[in-house]
Amino acid sequence: MEHHDIVIIGGGPAGLTLALELNALGIKDVVVLEREQEAGGIPRHCGHLGFGIDNKNRFLTGPKFATKLRELTNGLDIRTGTTVLEFTLRGTMRLHSGSGISEMSARRIVLATGTRESSRAARLIGGNRLPGVMNTGTFQQLVYLKHQKPFSNPVIVGSEWVSFSNLLTCRHAKIKPVCMITESTNLNAPSYFSLGARLAFGVSVKRSTKLLSINGHIKVESVDVESGGQKQTIACDGVIISGKFRSENGLYSSGVIEQENTAPLTTDTYRTSKPNIYAVGNVLGHLETAGACMLHGRKLATIIASELR
Amino acid sequence: MDNRFDIAVIGGGVVGLAILRRFAMTGLTCVLLEKGADILSGASKGNSALLHTGFDAPAKSLELQCMQAGYREYIDIRQKLNLPLHETGALVVAWTQEELAALDGIVEKAHTNDVSNVKRLTQTELRVREPQISKLALGAVLVPGEHVIDAWSAPLAYGQQAIAHGAVILRNAEVTSVERVNSQWRIASMAGEVTAGTIINAAGLFGDYVEALAHEPSFTIKPRKGQFVVFDKPAAKLARSIILPVPNERTKGVVLFRTIFGNLAIGPTAEETDERTNPATDSATLAKLKSRAIEIVPALTDIDVTAVYAGLRPATHHKDYIIEAHKDKNWITVAGIRSTGLTGSLGIAQHVAKLYAKHFNKLPKKPPEPIWTPVPNLAEQSIRPYMKGGEIICHCEWVTRGEIEAACQGSLPAGDLGGLKRRTRAMMGRCQGFYCGAEITTMFEKVKHGTS
Repeated sequence: MEHHDIVIIGGGPAGLTLALELNALGIKDVVVLEREQEAGGIPRHCGHLGFGIDNKNRFLTGPKFATKLRELTNGLDIRTGTTVLEFTLRGTMRLHSGSGISEMSARRIVLATGTRESSRAARLIGGNRLPGVMNTGTFQQLVYLKHQKPFSNPVIVGSEWVSFSNLLTCRHAKIKPVCMITESTNLNAPSYFSLGARLAFGVSVKRSTKLLSINGHIKVESVDVESGGQKQTIACDGVIISGKFRSENGLYSSGVIEQENTAPLTTDTYRTSKPNIYAVGNVLGHLETAGACMLHGRKLATIIASELR
Repeated sequence: MDNRFDIAVIGGGVVGLAILRRFAMTGLTCVLLEKGADILSGASKGNSALLHTGFDAPAKSLELQCMQAGYREYIDIRQKLNLPLHETGALVVAWTQEELAALDGIVEKAHTNDVSNVKRLTQTELRVREPQISKLALGAVLVPGEHVIDAWSAPLAYGQQAIAHGAVILRNAEVTSVERVNSQWRIASMAGEVTAGTIINAAGLFGDYVEALAHEPSFTIKPRKGQFVVFDKPAAKLARSIILPVPNERTKGVVLFRTIFGNLAIGPTAEETDERTNPATDSATLAKLKSRAIEIVPALTDIDVTAVYAGLRPATHHKDYIIEAHKDKNWITVAGIRSTGLTGSLGIAQHVAKLYAKHFNKLPKKPPEPIWTPVPNLAEQSIRPYMKGGEIICHCEWVTRGEIEAACQGSLPAGDLGGLKRRTRAMMGRCQGFYCGAEITTMFEKVKHGTS
C-alpha cells in the first residue's frame, strides 16, 4: 500500500496552496488527490473577475486564477482523476482512479473538498421536475466551459454574493434574468449590490419573497412566489437556484469525524475530531473567496510543519 | 422494418415491457408503441421499487395472483438478467394501541394469502431488529419476503430481452387511431403505421384514452399522485427493514424504505389529481414527509435530503386490476395497475399470454431458446463498473464515463435525459448535478444529435 506523510483531498485553492507551502517549508512527501480531470477547483468555471492570488489584486477571472494556481504548483504530486471513495475502518483511504481501486495511507490527511450550493431537492422546492432548473455551479459550467445558453429569461433565487455573480454570467451569455428573489428581508451581500443589479443589469431584487413552485410541462414556464401573504406567478424559462452552500461532505458524512451542519467540527488549528485528520478551506462551511482559502492553506502549512519538526 | 406483427403492445411501462417480453419469448412477432421519448416515461418511473409478497392484498384477487406469480418469476430470472434483490424484509409497525390491536389481523390475512412466514414481533424484538426506530413504536408484524429491487433496471432488462427475441420497440410513437381491417388491427402512430393481429392495451395513465380509440372504455383512469423524499446515503444504515404503517380505513399510509442504491426514502402520499404527466411536488407535503420520516427514525434529523419526486398511479374506480380479453376483436385490456405493478408485471404477462391462448390464437408449440440480456448493475451491494477503473463523472453516485456512453448505445439506448439518469444514476445523488450536470447534459446532447 502506498504511504505518504501528508495526503490532501481536494485540489482547489486551499488544497493546492497547502501543498505548495508545505513544499516551500521543506516537507516533500505530499500528495494532492483531485477527483476532477483538472485541478483548480470551483474557480475553473467562475468566468467573471474578482479572483486574486492570496486575495490581493483581485483582477483575475476564475479560470485565469485556476491556471495560475496550477502553474505555481507545477512539479508537485497532484493526482487528478483520483477519488477518495471512503475511509476504511483501519484509517486508510480507499481510492478510485482510472486503473481501478487501490488503498493509500498517510500520517496526516487534510480534507479540502470544498463546498457546493444546496440543490432544489434539498430545499424542498415543489413543482414540476424540468430541465432548465440548476445551481449557479452548473450554470457557470454550461456557459463558460460548454458555451451553451440553457435559457433566455431565468429567475435567480438567492441574494448572496454568488447569486449576484449570476448576473455577470448571464450578461456573458446574453441572458436577461426576469428578477432575483430572496426570502430574506436583507440581502446576504452588500446592500449596494441590489442597486447595482437594477442600474447596471436592469434586474430587480424582490425581498421577503418565497419560491413556492416551479411550473411547466416540458420546460419551465413560470414560478409561483409568495410575498406578504400574496401569491404571484412570474413567467420565466429557467430557474437558477443559488447559494446556501453546504460542505462537500460525501466522503465523511457517514460519521468518520464529528460534524455540524455538514461541516467538519474543527479546532482553531484546523484539527477535526480525529487527531490525524485536518480540514481547510470552504469545506469548513464559511464561504470565503478563493484567495482567502489560499491564506488558510498557508496557515495550515505552517501549523503542520511546526508539528512535524 | 416489416410493419406486420402478431402482437402490438401499447405502452412502454413495466407492464407493457413484461408483456412484450413474454410474447416475444414464445416466438410471436411483437411491437411496442410508447408515447414518450423513452420507456418508463409514465407511472413506472416514480414508484417505491419494492418487491411485494402480497401479504396485505385483497384475498383471491387477480392482483394477488399476478403479484405472487410475478414475485416467483422475478426471483427465478433475476440472476440471468443481473437484476438486484436486497432482502430487507418489512415491518408493519404499530404506533397506537388501536394499531397494536390490529396486528393479529394482519398476520391472519397474510396467512390466508399463503404468505406463511409472516409473524408478530414484540416491542423488544422490534427494537433488536431496528435499534434506530422511535421509542414510540409499540410492536410490529415481520414480513420477511418483502424486498427492495430496482424499478428501472428490471423493465429495461425485459425490453432488451424482448428485442433480443425479435421484438421492436418504437418510442415517440403515440397511437392516434386504430382500425380493424380484415381481422387485423391497423394502428396509426406518431412513428408511423403498423399492423397487428392483437392489441394489448397497457397504456397505464392513458389506458382509458387508448381504449376509447377502439370502443367505449369500461373504466376511467383517476390518477393518484404519490410524493417521495429521499435521504442521503448515511441514512440507509438507520433502517434495516422496510417500515410500513398499519393501514386504516382512510389511508394505506407512507412507507419508509431503503433504495437499492443505498438511500433511505419515504412516501408515497395518495392524492387524487388530474395530472397525467409530470406530476408536481409541493413544498408543504415534502416537508410533512420529511418530518414523518424523522418521527419514525429520529436520527434522520441530521441527514440531508438528496432528492424529491412524485409519481402517478393509474387508479380506477375498480379495486382490482382490470385485465380482460375482448373476444370479438383480438384486444386485451390491462388497466388499473397501481403500485403493485412492478411486482405484478411478470405475473400479469403470464396471465395475458394465457388469455391470448384461450381466446385468440394458440401460442407457438416450440418457443425459441431463451436469450438472456443482463443489464449493468447499479445496486450498491454488488460490483459496480467504477470498481474496475475508468473515469468517474458523477461523483456522488460514482458513475463512469463508460457507463454513460454505454447507456447511450445498445438495443434500447436512453431516449431522453431522464432515461439516461434512470439507466446510470448520473446526477441523481446529493449534489443533483451541481458538479457533473453540465458535462453530462452536453455529452448526451452530442450523442443524441450525432455530433460526437
